[in-house]
Amino acid sequence: MFDWLANPNRFKRITNKLEPFLIVISIILIASGLYFGLFDSPKDYQQGDAVRIMYVHVPSAWLASFLFLSLAVSCIFYLAWKHPFADIISNTIAPIGAVFSVLTLVTGSLWGKPMWGTWWVWDARLTSMLVLFFFYLGYIILSNAFERKIDGSKSASVLALIGLINLPIIKFSVDWWHTLHQPSSILKFDGPSIDEQMLLPLILMFFGFSIFSLYLIIVNVKTKLIQKKCEALILKSNLKEFL
Amino acid sequence: MNPKYRRLLIIIFIIMTLGLATKLILMALEENIIYFFTPNEIKMKYGNKANIQNTIRVGGLVLENSVIEKDGITKFNITDRSHKIEVLFDGLLPDLFREGQGIVVEGIFQNNKLIASQVLAKHDENYMPPEVADALIKNGVWQGEKK
Repeated sequence: MFDWLANPNRFKRITNKLEPFLIVISIILIASGLYFGLFDSPKDYQQGDAVRIMYVHVPSAWLASFLFLSLAVSCIFYLAWKHPFADIISNTIAPIGAVFSVLTLVTGSLWGKPMWGTWWVWDARLTSMLVLFFFYLGYIILSNAFERKIDGSKSASVLALIGLINLPIIKFSVDWWHTLHQPSSILKFDGPSIDEQMLLPLILMFFGFSIFSLYLIIVNVKTKLIQKKCEALILKSNLKEFL
Repeated sequence: MNPKYRRLLIIIFIIMTLGLATKLILMALEENIIYFFTPNEIKMKYGNKANIQNTIRVGGLVLENSVIEKDGITKFNITDRSHKIEVLFDGLLPDLFREGQGIVVEGIFQNNKLIASQVLAKHDENYMPPEVADALIKNGVWQGEKK
Protein backbone atom coordinates (compact mmCIF):
# COMPACT_ATOMS: atom_id res chain seq x y z
CA MET A 1 0.00 0.00 0.00
CA PHE A 2 2.72 2.43 1.07
CA ASP A 3 5.00 1.46 -1.80
CA TRP A 4 2.10 1.81 -4.21
CA LEU A 5 1.31 5.38 -3.12
CA ALA A 6 4.97 6.29 -2.77
CA ASN A 7 5.46 6.27 -6.51
CA PRO A 8 5.88 10.01 -7.25
CA ASN A 9 4.03 9.91 -10.59
CA ARG A 10 1.08 8.00 -9.17
CA PHE A 11 1.03 10.34 -6.18
CA LYS A 12 0.88 13.35 -8.48
CA ARG A 13 -1.85 11.83 -10.64
CA ILE A 14 -4.11 11.03 -7.69
CA THR A 15 -3.50 14.22 -5.74
CA ASN A 16 -4.02 16.47 -8.77
CA LYS A 17 -7.62 15.31 -8.86
CA LEU A 18 -8.01 15.46 -5.08
CA GLU A 19 -6.54 18.90 -4.51
CA PRO A 20 -9.43 21.22 -5.53
CA PHE A 21 -11.94 19.15 -3.54
CA LEU A 22 -9.78 19.30 -0.42
CA ILE A 23 -9.37 23.05 -0.45
CA VAL A 24 -13.06 23.70 -1.15
CA ILE A 25 -14.24 21.30 1.56
CA SER A 26 -11.81 22.67 4.13
CA ILE A 27 -12.85 26.28 3.43
CA ILE A 28 -16.53 25.34 3.77
CA LEU A 29 -15.89 23.43 7.02
CA ILE A 30 -13.75 26.14 8.61
CA ALA A 31 -16.13 28.93 7.52
CA SER A 32 -19.19 27.14 8.89
CA GLY A 33 -17.26 26.15 12.03
CA LEU A 34 -16.31 29.77 12.63
CA TYR A 35 -19.89 30.91 11.97
CA PHE A 36 -21.37 28.42 14.44
CA GLY A 37 -18.52 28.96 16.88
CA LEU A 38 -18.64 32.75 16.95
CA PHE A 39 -22.29 33.57 16.27
CA ASP A 40 -24.61 30.61 16.48
CA SER A 41 -23.61 28.73 19.61
CA PRO A 42 -24.57 29.39 23.21
CA LYS A 43 -22.39 31.04 25.83
CA ASP A 44 -20.93 28.80 28.48
CA TYR A 45 -22.68 28.89 31.86
CA GLN A 46 -19.53 29.87 33.72
CA GLN A 47 -17.11 31.15 31.09
CA GLY A 48 -19.49 33.24 28.97
CA ASP A 49 -18.18 34.21 25.55
CA ALA A 50 -14.60 33.30 26.37
CA VAL A 51 -15.49 29.66 25.72
CA ARG A 52 -15.43 30.43 21.98
CA ILE A 53 -11.62 30.36 22.03
CA MET A 54 -12.06 26.62 22.47
CA TYR A 55 -13.21 26.24 18.86
CA VAL A 56 -9.73 27.16 17.65
CA HIS A 57 -7.72 25.97 20.64
CA VAL A 58 -8.93 22.37 20.90
CA PRO A 59 -8.83 21.46 17.16
CA SER A 60 -5.32 22.96 16.95
CA ALA A 61 -4.18 20.92 19.92
CA TRP A 62 -5.60 17.69 18.48
CA LEU A 63 -4.02 18.36 15.14
CA ALA A 64 -0.65 19.30 16.63
CA SER A 65 -0.61 15.91 18.39
CA PHE A 66 -2.05 13.96 15.46
CA LEU A 67 0.41 15.48 13.00
CA PHE A 68 3.29 14.54 15.29
CA LEU A 69 1.99 10.98 15.37
CA SER A 70 1.90 10.95 11.54
CA LEU A 71 5.37 12.46 11.46
CA ALA A 72 6.72 9.76 13.76
CA VAL A 73 5.03 6.95 11.79
CA SER A 74 6.49 8.35 8.60
CA CYS A 75 9.90 8.47 10.31
CA ILE A 76 9.56 4.80 11.26
CA PHE A 77 8.91 4.01 7.60
CA TYR A 78 11.95 6.04 6.68
CA LEU A 79 14.23 4.38 9.22
CA ALA A 80 13.05 0.82 8.63
CA TRP A 81 12.23 0.87 4.89
CA LYS A 82 14.69 3.66 4.00
CA HIS A 83 12.15 5.05 1.58
CA PRO A 84 13.10 8.63 0.54
CA PHE A 85 9.43 9.48 -0.02
CA ALA A 86 8.71 8.95 3.69
CA ASP A 87 11.40 11.50 4.48
CA ILE A 88 9.77 14.05 2.18
CA ILE A 89 6.46 13.51 3.96
CA SER A 90 7.93 13.97 7.45
CA ASN A 91 9.80 17.08 6.33
CA THR A 92 6.52 18.48 5.07
CA ILE A 93 4.48 17.64 8.16
CA ALA A 94 6.93 19.21 10.63
CA PRO A 95 6.39 22.94 9.95
CA ILE A 96 2.61 22.50 9.68
CA GLY A 97 2.49 20.69 13.02
CA ALA A 98 4.75 23.34 14.54
CA VAL A 99 2.30 26.06 13.46
CA PHE A 100 -0.61 24.21 15.03
CA SER A 101 1.28 23.76 18.29
CA VAL A 102 2.06 27.50 18.36
CA LEU A 103 -1.61 28.18 17.68
CA THR A 104 -2.53 25.91 20.59
CA LEU A 105 -0.12 27.62 22.97
CA VAL A 106 -1.12 31.15 21.94
CA THR A 107 -4.89 30.60 22.02
CA GLY A 108 -4.52 28.67 25.27
CA SER A 109 -2.67 31.60 26.76
CA LEU A 110 -5.35 34.03 25.58
CA TRP A 111 -7.98 31.77 27.12
CA GLY A 112 -6.07 31.26 30.35
CA LYS A 113 -5.70 34.93 31.18
CA PRO A 114 -9.42 35.77 31.52
CA MET A 115 -10.51 32.38 32.92
CA TRP A 116 -7.71 31.15 35.16
CA GLY A 117 -6.16 34.53 35.81
CA THR A 118 -2.77 33.78 34.28
CA TRP A 119 -1.18 33.60 30.83
CA TRP A 120 0.97 30.63 31.65
CA VAL A 121 1.61 28.09 34.39
CA TRP A 122 4.09 25.23 34.45
CA ASP A 123 1.54 22.48 34.92
CA ALA A 124 1.93 19.10 33.24
CA ARG A 125 -0.43 19.73 30.30
CA LEU A 126 0.95 23.12 29.32
CA THR A 127 4.55 22.05 29.75
CA SER A 128 4.16 18.84 27.72
CA MET A 129 2.49 20.84 24.94
CA LEU A 130 5.46 23.23 24.92
CA VAL A 131 7.77 20.22 24.77
CA LEU A 132 5.84 19.03 21.69
CA PHE A 133 6.53 22.38 20.03
CA PHE A 134 10.24 22.02 20.87
CA PHE A 135 10.25 18.54 19.34
CA TYR A 136 8.85 19.99 16.11
CA LEU A 137 11.51 22.71 16.16
CA GLY A 138 14.22 20.18 16.98
CA TYR A 139 13.12 17.98 14.11
CA ILE A 140 13.19 20.87 11.62
CA ILE A 141 16.57 22.16 12.82
CA LEU A 142 18.22 18.75 13.04
CA SER A 143 17.06 17.59 9.62
CA ASN A 144 18.71 20.64 8.03
CA ALA A 145 21.79 20.72 10.22
CA PHE A 146 24.02 18.36 8.23
CA GLU A 147 25.94 18.81 5.04
CA ARG A 148 24.53 15.60 3.64
CA LYS A 149 20.74 15.65 3.83
CA ILE A 150 20.59 11.92 4.58
CA ASP A 151 22.51 12.36 7.86
CA GLY A 152 20.07 15.03 8.96
CA SER A 153 17.06 12.95 7.98
CA LYS A 154 18.26 9.98 9.99
CA SER A 155 19.07 11.86 13.18
CA ALA A 156 15.89 13.94 12.96
CA SER A 157 13.84 10.76 12.52
CA VAL A 158 15.35 9.30 15.67
CA LEU A 159 14.44 12.52 17.49
CA ALA A 160 10.85 12.16 16.26
CA LEU A 161 10.72 8.62 17.71
CA ILE A 162 11.80 9.97 21.08
CA GLY A 163 9.15 12.68 20.79
CA LEU A 164 6.54 9.98 20.26
CA ILE A 165 6.74 9.21 23.98
CA ASN A 166 5.57 12.76 24.72
CA LEU A 167 2.20 12.19 23.04
CA PRO A 168 0.58 9.94 25.68
CA ILE A 169 2.03 12.28 28.30
CA ILE A 170 0.16 15.21 26.74
CA LYS A 171 -3.05 13.22 26.47
CA PHE A 172 -3.06 11.75 29.97
CA SER A 173 -1.25 14.54 31.85
CA VAL A 174 -4.59 15.90 33.06
CA ASP A 175 -5.59 12.47 34.44
CA TRP A 176 -2.25 11.39 35.93
CA TRP A 177 -1.41 14.56 37.80
CA HIS A 178 -3.18 17.51 39.39
CA THR A 179 -3.09 20.21 36.74
CA LEU A 180 -4.60 23.65 36.38
CA HIS A 181 -5.76 22.61 32.92
CA GLN A 182 -9.17 20.93 32.92
CA PRO A 183 -9.47 17.24 31.93
CA SER A 184 -10.66 16.14 28.50
CA SER A 185 -14.31 16.87 27.68
CA ILE A 186 -14.71 14.77 24.57
CA LEU A 187 -12.45 11.74 24.49
CA LYS A 188 -13.47 10.26 27.80
CA PHE A 189 -15.11 7.08 28.96
CA ASP A 190 -18.54 8.35 29.95
CA GLY A 191 -19.19 10.31 26.76
CA PRO A 192 -18.57 13.97 25.99
CA SER A 193 -19.40 16.48 28.70
CA ILE A 194 -20.03 19.29 26.29
CA ASP A 195 -23.32 20.58 24.96
CA GLU A 196 -24.23 19.36 21.45
CA GLN A 197 -24.54 22.91 20.15
CA MET A 198 -20.98 23.54 21.27
CA LEU A 199 -19.70 20.20 20.01
CA LEU A 200 -20.83 20.97 16.44
CA PRO A 201 -18.47 23.93 15.73
CA LEU A 202 -15.67 22.07 17.47
CA ILE A 203 -16.04 19.05 15.19
CA LEU A 204 -16.47 21.23 12.08
CA MET A 205 -13.30 23.13 12.89
CA PHE A 206 -11.38 19.93 13.59
CA PHE A 207 -12.27 18.38 10.23
CA GLY A 208 -11.71 21.72 8.50
CA PHE A 209 -8.23 22.02 10.00
CA SER A 210 -7.43 18.37 9.22
CA ILE A 211 -8.44 18.58 5.57
CA PHE A 212 -6.66 21.90 5.19
CA SER A 213 -3.49 20.32 6.61
CA LEU A 214 -3.85 17.41 4.20
CA TYR A 215 -4.12 19.92 1.36
CA LEU A 216 -1.02 21.78 2.55
CA ILE A 217 0.91 18.51 2.87
CA ILE A 218 -0.01 17.43 -0.66
CA VAL A 219 0.92 20.78 -2.22
CA ASN A 220 4.22 20.87 -0.34
CA VAL A 221 5.12 17.28 -1.19
CA LYS A 222 4.47 18.00 -4.87
CA THR A 223 6.66 21.08 -4.72
CA LYS A 224 9.44 19.09 -3.13
CA LEU A 225 9.15 16.36 -5.76
CA ILE A 226 9.47 18.96 -8.54
CA GLN A 227 12.41 20.51 -6.71
CA LYS A 228 14.16 17.14 -6.57
CA LYS A 229 13.53 16.57 -10.26
CA CYS A 230 15.02 19.98 -11.10
CA GLU A 231 18.06 19.28 -8.99
CA ALA A 232 18.51 15.96 -10.73
CA LEU A 233 18.20 17.59 -14.17
CA ILE A 234 20.74 20.29 -13.29
CA LEU A 235 23.11 17.64 -12.01
CA LYS A 236 22.68 15.69 -15.24
CA SER A 237 23.36 18.67 -17.49
CA ASN A 238 26.37 19.65 -15.41
CA LEU A 239 27.65 16.13 -15.75
CA LYS A 240 27.22 16.24 -19.54
CA GLU A 241 29.19 19.47 -19.77
CA PHE A 242 31.87 17.97 -17.61
CA LEU A 243 32.20 14.96 -19.86
CA MET B 1 15.02 -12.15 8.69
CA ASN B 2 14.40 -9.42 6.20
CA PRO B 3 16.55 -6.41 7.24
CA LYS B 4 13.52 -4.09 6.95
CA TYR B 5 11.63 -5.98 9.61
CA ARG B 6 14.72 -6.37 11.74
CA ARG B 7 15.13 -2.58 11.73
CA LEU B 8 11.42 -2.20 12.49
CA LEU B 9 11.76 -4.54 15.48
CA ILE B 10 14.77 -2.62 16.75
CA ILE B 11 12.83 0.65 16.46
CA ILE B 12 9.84 -0.77 18.35
CA PHE B 13 12.15 -2.14 21.02
CA ILE B 14 13.89 1.23 21.43
CA ILE B 15 10.57 3.09 21.70
CA MET B 16 9.28 0.66 24.32
CA THR B 17 12.47 0.88 26.36
CA LEU B 18 12.48 4.67 26.22
CA GLY B 19 8.79 4.71 27.12
CA LEU B 20 9.38 2.53 30.15
CA ALA B 21 12.34 4.66 31.25
CA THR B 22 10.24 7.82 30.88
CA LYS B 23 7.42 6.29 32.88
CA LEU B 24 9.78 5.41 35.72
CA ILE B 25 11.25 8.92 35.72
CA LEU B 26 7.81 10.52 35.75
CA MET B 27 6.68 8.25 38.58
CA ALA B 28 9.73 9.21 40.61
CA LEU B 29 9.14 12.90 39.96
CA GLU B 30 5.41 12.84 40.62
CA GLU B 31 5.62 15.24 43.55
CA ASN B 32 7.37 17.77 41.36
CA ILE B 33 5.09 17.37 38.39
CA ILE B 34 1.76 17.82 40.10
CA TYR B 35 0.71 21.43 39.99
CA PHE B 36 -0.91 21.56 43.42
CA PHE B 37 -1.61 19.55 46.55
CA THR B 38 -5.10 19.00 47.91
CA PRO B 39 -5.82 20.09 51.51
CA ASN B 40 -5.95 16.41 52.41
CA GLU B 41 -2.46 15.80 51.03
CA ILE B 42 -1.15 18.84 52.95
CA LYS B 43 -2.58 17.45 56.14
CA MET B 44 -1.14 14.00 55.55
CA LYS B 45 2.26 15.52 54.83
CA TYR B 46 2.53 18.26 57.42
CA GLY B 47 -0.12 17.47 59.98
CA ASN B 48 -2.15 20.20 61.61
CA LYS B 49 0.71 22.60 62.28
CA ALA B 50 1.77 23.48 58.79
CA ASN B 51 4.56 26.05 58.75
CA ILE B 52 5.99 25.89 55.27
CA GLN B 53 8.30 28.68 54.18
CA ASN B 54 8.68 27.46 50.59
CA THR B 55 6.00 28.49 48.14
CA ILE B 56 3.40 25.78 47.78
CA ARG B 57 0.21 25.41 45.77
CA VAL B 58 -3.05 24.09 47.14
CA GLY B 59 -6.04 23.25 44.97
CA GLY B 60 -9.64 22.72 45.96
CA LEU B 61 -13.04 24.37 46.13
CA VAL B 62 -13.88 27.67 47.79
CA LEU B 63 -15.88 26.59 50.83
CA GLU B 64 -19.43 27.94 50.82
CA ASN B 65 -20.15 30.81 53.24
CA SER B 66 -16.50 31.18 54.13
CA VAL B 67 -15.54 34.23 52.05
CA ILE B 68 -14.99 37.38 54.14
CA GLU B 69 -13.61 40.57 52.67
CA LYS B 70 -12.15 43.18 55.01
CA ASP B 71 -9.69 46.04 54.43
CA GLY B 72 -8.81 44.72 50.99
CA ILE B 73 -7.93 41.32 52.38
CA THR B 74 -9.99 38.31 51.33
CA LYS B 75 -10.29 35.49 53.81
CA PHE B 76 -11.76 32.16 52.76
CA ASN B 77 -11.43 28.44 53.24
CA ILE B 78 -10.32 26.06 50.52
CA THR B 79 -11.59 22.51 50.80
CA ASP B 80 -11.49 19.11 49.14
CA ARG B 81 -14.60 18.10 51.11
CA SER B 82 -12.52 16.20 53.63
CA HIS B 83 -10.24 18.91 54.99
CA LYS B 84 -10.12 22.66 54.75
CA ILE B 85 -7.39 25.26 54.85
CA GLU B 86 -7.72 28.93 55.74
CA VAL B 87 -6.46 31.32 53.07
CA LEU B 88 -5.58 35.02 53.29
CA PHE B 89 -5.17 36.98 50.08
CA ASP B 90 -4.72 40.69 49.37
CA GLY B 91 -4.55 40.65 45.58
CA LEU B 92 -6.91 40.63 42.64
CA LEU B 93 -9.19 37.59 42.43
CA PRO B 94 -9.97 35.99 39.03
CA ASP B 95 -13.43 36.59 37.53
CA LEU B 96 -14.47 33.01 38.09
CA PHE B 97 -13.78 33.21 41.82
CA ARG B 98 -16.90 32.49 43.84
CA GLU B 99 -18.12 30.06 46.45
CA GLY B 100 -17.96 26.46 45.30
CA GLN B 101 -15.54 27.26 42.47
CA GLY B 102 -12.40 25.20 41.95
CA ILE B 103 -9.27 27.27 42.56
CA VAL B 104 -5.53 26.90 42.97
CA VAL B 105 -3.83 29.05 45.61
CA GLU B 106 -0.10 29.72 45.62
CA GLY B 107 1.54 30.96 48.79
CA ILE B 108 3.36 30.15 52.02
CA PHE B 109 2.05 28.62 55.22
CA GLN B 110 2.19 30.55 58.46
CA ASN B 111 0.61 29.06 61.56
CA ASN B 112 -1.50 26.71 59.50
CA LYS B 113 -2.82 29.60 57.40
CA LEU B 114 -2.02 29.92 53.75
CA ILE B 115 -0.77 33.43 52.92
CA ALA B 116 -1.58 33.55 49.22
CA SER B 117 0.49 35.36 46.63
CA GLN B 118 -1.67 34.24 43.71
CA VAL B 119 -5.16 32.79 43.30
CA LEU B 120 -6.04 31.05 40.03
CA ALA B 121 -9.45 29.76 38.97
CA LYS B 122 -9.69 26.16 37.81
CA HIS B 123 -12.82 25.39 35.86
CA ASP B 124 -14.02 21.89 35.08
CA GLU B 125 -14.45 20.13 31.74
CA ASN B 126 -18.23 20.61 31.49
CA TYR B 127 -19.40 23.07 28.88
CA MET B 128 -23.06 23.97 28.57
CA PRO B 129 -25.34 26.93 27.91
CA PRO B 130 -26.58 28.83 31.00
CA GLU B 131 -30.17 27.65 30.44
CA VAL B 132 -29.10 24.00 30.60
CA ALA B 133 -27.13 24.63 33.77
CA ASP B 134 -30.14 26.38 35.33
CA ALA B 135 -32.43 23.52 34.36
CA LEU B 136 -30.05 20.97 35.88
CA ILE B 137 -29.91 22.89 39.15
CA LYS B 138 -33.68 23.30 39.19
CA ASN B 139 -34.23 19.59 38.70
CA GLY B 140 -31.68 18.75 41.36
CA VAL B 141 -29.43 16.72 39.10
CA TRP B 142 -26.53 19.21 39.12
CA GLN B 143 -23.24 17.40 39.54
CA GLY B 144 -20.70 20.09 38.71
CA GLU B 145 -19.27 22.84 40.80
CA LYS B 146 -21.80 24.93 42.65
CA LYS B 147 -22.95 27.91 40.66
